[in-house]
Amino acid sequence: MTSPAIHVAGLTKTFGPVTALDNFDLEVAIGEVHGFLGPNGAGKSTTIRVLLGLLRRDRGEVVLLGGDPWHDAVRLHRRLAYVPGDVHLWPNLTGGEAIDLLGELRGGLDQRRRAELIERFQLDPTKRCSTYSKGNRQKVAIISAFASRVELYLLDEPTSGLDPLMDTVFQACVRDVTAEGSTVLLSSHILAEVEALGERITIIRDGRRVESGTLTELRHLTRTSITVHTVQPLDGLADLDGLNDVEVEGTHARFEVEPDAMGTVQRWLAEREVLAFTSSPPTLQQLFLRHYGQQLTAAEVAEAGEGS
Amino acid sequence: MAVDTRAPTPTATRAPDSGGSSLTGTWRLLRLAARRDRVLLPVWIVTLGVLLLASVASIIGLYDSEAERVQYALAVAPSVVARAFEGPILGTSLGAILMTETFGMFAVLVGIMSVQTVVRHTRLEEETGRAELVGSAVVGRHAPLTAALAVAFAANLAVGGTTVAILLAYDLPTGGAVLAGLLLMGVGWSFAGVAAITAQISASARGANGLGGAVIGLAYFLRAVGDGLGEVAPSGVAVTSAWPSWLSPIGWGQQAGAFAVERWWVLGLFAGLVVATVAAAFTLTRHRDLGVGMRPVRPGPAEASAALRSPVGLAWRLQRPTVLAWLLGLIITAGVFGAIGDEVDAFLETSDELAELFTALGGSDVLVDLFIVFFLALLAVAVGAFAVQGVLRLRSEEVSGRAEPLLSTAVARTRWVASHLIVVALGSAAMLLAAGMVGGVAYGLVTGEWGARFGDWVLAAVVGIPAVWVLAGLVVAAVGLVPRRAVSIGWGALGVSLVMGQLGALFELPQWVLNISPFTHVPAVPADDLQWLPLLLLLAVAAGVTGLGLAAVRRRDLLT
Repeated sequence: MTSPAIHVAGLTKTFGPVTALDNFDLEVAIGEVHGFLGPNGAGKSTTIRVLLGLLRRDRGEVVLLGGDPWHDAVRLHRRLAYVPGDVHLWPNLTGGEAIDLLGELRGGLDQRRRAELIERFQLDPTKRCSTYSKGNRQKVAIISAFASRVELYLLDEPTSGLDPLMDTVFQACVRDVTAEGSTVLLSSHILAEVEALGERITIIRDGRRVESGTLTELRHLTRTSITVHTVQPLDGLADLDGLNDVEVEGTHARFEVEPDAMGTVQRWLAEREVLAFTSSPPTLQQLFLRHYGQQLTAAEVAEAGEGS
Repeated sequence: MAVDTRAPTPTATRAPDSGGSSLTGTWRLLRLAARRDRVLLPVWIVTLGVLLLASVASIIGLYDSEAERVQYALAVAPSVVARAFEGPILGTSLGAILMTETFGMFAVLVGIMSVQTVVRHTRLEEETGRAELVGSAVVGRHAPLTAALAVAFAANLAVGGTTVAILLAYDLPTGGAVLAGLLLMGVGWSFAGVAAITAQISASARGANGLGGAVIGLAYFLRAVGDGLGEVAPSGVAVTSAWPSWLSPIGWGQQAGAFAVERWWVLGLFAGLVVATVAAAFTLTRHRDLGVGMRPVRPGPAEASAALRSPVGLAWRLQRPTVLAWLLGLIITAGVFGAIGDEVDAFLETSDELAELFTALGGSDVLVDLFIVFFLALLAVAVGAFAVQGVLRLRSEEVSGRAEPLLSTAVARTRWVASHLIVVALGSAAMLLAAGMVGGVAYGLVTGEWGARFGDWVLAAVVGIPAVWVLAGLVVAAVGLVPRRAVSIGWGALGVSLVMGQLGALFELPQWVLNISPFTHVPAVPADDLQWLPLLLLLAVAAGVTGLGLAAVRRRDLLT
């Protein structure tokens, strides 16, 4: 078995009194698109900066493409490309110059692909960087990254300034490079983006890993929403195990069911002659909100405690 | 309808006067600006005050008796060098001599303070995008500029007040003291007005500051030309400057003749200039969009040239405008002073004190040699300012986030630092070499003395290079070891070098204090022999601190 593209174990990074990363773990296999999810300020950018050797880790193990990102930074950087979430460029250089400069310093870029990407992203490379909008600055970084043929792409919220059309182009680019065998770490707080591209995801909150696994595995942790209409009344539904938020009105019901209880619930409903059945698949949104929501609930609990 | 009057729509609840004026929000922005400058401006004001105290004390010590003052005036009035370097002498009172000796320098300093203050609260705010956020709030179109000007005006008012207080404390006449304070304030207000315009023209804060600085330089240069071309009055102790002095606010301040002729009406010129520049700036704000300058941004090449595709190529591209502007300024200055170099004999022979002072600075009695030493030592410190500015570029690249994409490519941190350092080291060396050569050529053209003299000019210039490199290396060390303090350390080191090197002997500081400045150790060629040891030691120190900085920058986090 080959070693992973990224292996992070027990990573801790503090900035003065603030702990940005706290025993964080991350494992990205070669050739996969790994979604890196978390709310703002969870530690996604800090993780990526440690992976780039821009920040020095306090503790923990970090292996990137078989090397140490701090000591082997230059050697490793030839094999990766990075797109920051907030792209800052030199105001008096043109977009084209910035693309070439960054590509060249990474070890050269594919001219044909460069031209093709400029066309696809509809970027005017003769404009000065000072006149670009946030989205256009992001395009410069994205084009420069994808025009380099590298093994690993570290993308930190790369589409936060792009319009939906350009977002589609971006997703196509990610699929192209993974088809060629490259690995992508895609950080985002946009769940749809990660769901569309990611094979496996890691969710980070407050500098800690809260979930990690394939989409299927993680969906397993979420609930399916069901709306049902039966012939016979649905009395007793609420007493079944594994159901949440149950609302029953005679022969109509709406509830959420956990994956393990699905079989039991279906058999129970079948006995009552189902007329209509709607089920919404679990989304990451729910998973995400559940982890994020816990925080809110804790805050609410604290508030209630103070009030009494 | 009755319902409408009881429950007006949200827009109707706003009183008409709370949404209308173009100055709405000025007071709030003024308080914000004052809060952000609560350290910086007091430091400026106190530093200027201390510098003035030291100058007054030193001049009172030098020209105690009326006879000494008359002798001084008789010496400097006919000297082109003295008039161009310092300013016109307009009388023989202590105050008048003080004005001649110091007003030009203080005018330049308050000019720099005013330009930077205005640009900091206008163009820099736009460049960083903060102005956009502020502009979307209930803030009038003219409020940010008005607030910036108000802060700059208040700072200059404080400088003027301090000046009056210090002059009165030394028992100088009240009328002259008040006039001097008002004149200094007038210069500051004028350059604040100029900066209000440059902040509209240039799309970057760096450009607006540069353009403002160029106007200060031009103002100083115009009065140097006007004073240099002036005539000695029949009394022999005063000068009538030529018309170019009257084109410059710094010239006005000197021509007003505080403690001498006292032309109070000159204050009207300042008032007129302030009103005109501020009105022009407000007109320009009405005619441009937020975030852009008056000059349209031209499209550029779609592909990077081969020269740009390396860290050094990028560093050169980023520093090129600065290097070329410095080079041009130094060449002009060296040319002017080279051309008036032969006047130095006439200037110094008539004044024993000044001759002694020059001798104390250089240790020889050949006055032209001393002039060359003195002038090129001053230029070396000026080039030191470029070096500090150039190395600090690393910090601004890091803070702005532009270093991050660069350092995530296969560029090692040491290579990134070295790329800017190479541009600074070679740029500063080229500047001093060019200044020496131009000075030598200008001197040769005027005097017909070539050969050895040309060599003296060039040698006196290039011996300053190691000291400049020490300063650059020190800033590299600061960027590596204490990045968040690098800016203050860099400019502080330059300030120390300036005070020690140029004014230390005047203030009679002990030798060990003077030794702190790298410029103290530069051999006084051609007045003294060329000594290799101090130069080699300076080079070793430069290499040492640079190495320290490079090692430190590899070990720390990137701090945005």
